[in-house]
Amino acid sequence: MSSFGITGYGAYVPRLRIERSLIADAHKWMAPGLKGQAKGSRAFPSWDEDALTMAVEAGRDALTGSDINGMKALFLASTTFPYADLQGSAIVAGALCAPAGLRSIDNGNSQRAGTSALIQALKAGEPALFIASDAPIAKPASAQELSYGAGAVAFTLGSEAVIAKLIGNASVTDTFVDHFRASGTKYDYFWEERWIRDDGYAKIAPAAIKIALADVGIGIEAISHFVMPSLLRGAAEAVAKSIKFTGSVASGLDNGVGYAGTAHAPLMLANILETAKAGEKILLVGFGQGADALIFEVTSAITALPKRRGVSGAVADALETDSYLRMLSFYDGIELEWGMRAEKPAKTQLTEQYRSSNQIEGFVAGQCVACGTVQFPQLQYCVNCQAPRSQFKQVTLADKPAQVLTTTADWLSYPPAPPLYVGFVQFDNGARLLMEMVDIGPEGIKRGQRLRMVFRIKERDRTRCYNRYFWKSTPIAAA
Amino acid sequence: MATGIKDKVAIIGMGCSRFGERWDAGSAELMAEAFEEALADAGIERKQIEAGWLGSAIDSINVGNSAIPASTALRLDGIPFSRMENMCATGTEALRGATYAVASGAVDFALAIGAEKLKDTGYGGLPAPFKGNFNDMWMPMGSAPAGFAQLADGYRARYGISREDLKRAISHVSWKSHQNGVHSPKAHFRKAVPMETILNAPMISDPLGLFDCSGVSDGSACAIVTTPEIARALGKKDLVTIKALQLSVSSGRETTMNEWDGSYVQNTRNAAKRAYQEADITNPREQLSLTEVHDCFSITELVTMEDLFLSEDGRAVHDVLDGVYDATGKIPCQIDGGLKCFGHPIGASGLRMAYEVYSQLLGRAGPRQLKSPSIGLTHNLGGVPYQGVAAISILGLS
Repeated sequence: MSSFGITGYGAYVPRLRIERSLIADAHKWMAPGLKGQAKGSRAFPSWDEDALTMAVEAGRDALTGSDINGMKALFLASTTFPYADLQGSAIVAGALCAPAGLRSIDNGNSQRAGTSALIQALKAGEPALFIASDAPIAKPASAQELSYGAGAVAFTLGSEAVIAKLIGNASVTDTFVDHFRASGTKYDYFWEERWIRDDGYAKIAPAAIKIALADVGIGIEAISHFVMPSLLRGAAEAVAKSIKFTGSVASGLDNGVGYAGTAHAPLMLANILETAKAGEKILLVGFGQGADALIFEVTSAITALPKRRGVSGAVADALETDSYLRMLSFYDGIELEWGMRAEKPAKTQLTEQYRSSNQIEGFVAGQCVACGTVQFPQLQYCVNCQAPRSQFKQVTLADKPAQVLTTTADWLSYPPAPPLYVGFVQFDNGARLLMEMVDIGPEGIKRGQRLRMVFRIKERDRTRCYNRYFWKSTPIAAA
Repeated sequence: MATGIKDKVAIIGMGCSRFGERWDAGSAELMAEAFEEALADAGIERKQIEAGWLGSAIDSINVGNSAIPASTALRLDGIPFSRMENMCATGTEALRGATYAVASGAVDFALAIGAEKLKDTGYGGLPAPFKGNFNDMWMPMGSAPAGFAQLADGYRARYGISREDLKRAISHVSWKSHQNGVHSPKAHFRKAVPMETILNAPMISDPLGLFDCSGVSDGSACAIVTTPEIARALGKKDLVTIKALQLSVSSGRETTMNEWDGSYVQNTRNAAKRAYQEADITNPREQLSLTEVHDCFSITELVTMEDLFLSEDGRAVHDVLDGVYDATGKIPCQIDGGLKCFGHPIGASGLRMAYEVYSQLLGRAGPRQLKSPSIGLTHNLGGVPYQGVAAISILGLS
């Protein structure tokens, strides 16, 4: 058996959460029935988050204790890529300071893309970073608006210190159209839930599972954890029952996350790996136009895995919000009057973007070798001693400790999530720059608050539908 | 060895349009209003003007780019005319251009005119400035008050002042200016505002509320300069000469390195030191009769009192509350109401300040006239406290 497998995991869930009851309350005048499903909270991306920014955050978490420089490939799965033609994994690779020789691959177009890409990545057998990230959007007052969430997960894959090996897998392809979303359209179109559950999940998933078990040569009793995401409450339990699984059915992460599209299956797997024990076998199922079944065996190396945020850390790092309209506005579910300040041109000069990509993508500062000053941005001469830039050492600020020097809540300028918190971020290494501060609660933010850096959309050009990305700062949640 | 600008150039004519929401006037009308007053004051003919500088900061709103809008508006035919833009220092920069032209001996009479028509934006505020393609890649999109609110935060932290105490002091700054503005017929806002209204106004960028921000208005101001010798030959008795004109522009130290603590404006300090030296001022607290400083926001004026070395570091809060800079205080600041009451048509502001100092020195300030002032200072701060342009002019009786 190959010694190749998962060597680490990481996760990201948007900090912003909303109680489902708030959503149901807003619709009760026309859809009182939603109330029955309105339990717990779901995550939703801020206006400046998308599948790519979430992917970067999950990737960074997974890379805790390992180096992207050894990676040969970056797989990214999503059904909510911001572009039809502009590779998302390349943008993510840039933010992660991936080596130029890395092969970047996007996978999408199906809820099964996450598990299918994971199989591909594991079968390729070369050191890689696998990420799945999704932020599905649901039509207001649909059942999906309550069940959908957002999140990203990443696995490092390699042959050293493997924590989970893929010991068997199988896939079936079946054009079962439970829902679809046409290219260029915003919302999914769903068929009846009972049909999806009974004729879809209950029949198609077991077919793949059966072949996978046979592939490994084990029975279902050898499986400790059954991991299958589903939009439909109870579908995983129904499948477990039909395959006579009596062990533990993995949590659907309903509370705090919500269904994170094609990222959801691997996200649930990462959640299980947080507590899985050596020797346990995990059955992971991805559903969509057929099904993937993957059987993993957890190794003893899992106990030595360096601590990371993981799924539980990401779920716990929550910022409860109180306005359904805010969530709607963030994905243009409602058109608000933002005033003339919002008319400011947001065109990105692609030439300038490319010229400055070596600093902007990976938040790379220069350290003057002559005087030691760390500086961002890097101009032609050292800000302190005027020595030429050619001798600067390149240092990313993305992972450097920092705190608030000065800050304000700006109600005048136009950000899609007012107020704009903006101020000077002072890095412990001496670098300093003016930055946005995001995901701030009602208590605001103060001087001295410790910060971490996050990759976000800096500007959305709504005319040309182009996002410009950069780094922002956010408070480190109290431990 | 450079000898500086002191007393090499005299202002012989100044004009200032009425500032405010000038729905009736475009930039051409505003410039004409200021120009006619300046020309009449100078007592020269239009054709004697040999060179001109137009200060206009935001060409996209009304004025347009180049100096052509001014040369055509004023029908100044075929003379060298330049447009100057240096953020909020633009008006003072126009004066600097005209002054240096005369001082160099290149021309006998030069014109500096500033104009801005901010009320053509369609909303109450300034359009977001274009920061350059590279800066747009990373610089946050904060507003001007957000930039100056950083100063409030840094100042408070350095001197351990509570938010409430600082708010009281900066509110006094605005209260005082509104008191003064009542006596300025050309000001936009001419009503006294109760302290309670200022303290409780809606928040714009914490801790700066609505009344901590200067107004947004249209306006133009103009100066005609020549040499002191020509001025005397024209029969001018009380002569206002330029004692100093200094500028300081950021190199990025404050924003990029960890030296600056957010409590002061280095550019103002640089420009002030050089201006005092140029003007032979050794004790500004005793020698300055009045100041017109860049009160784009109340906190800016408060901190500027320290940056101009008028208040000791950390003492401006007390000096402001003690009335040192009130109309009846030791060094009145914004005796005409400042940007607070005139608003801030960017290209015009520096020249509007010079107009007030000039009027005060010549005893023409009417109900707000100070008792025998002899030397006054104007100060502009362009950009933000940590990355910008400070311009200082010192004018005096010669």
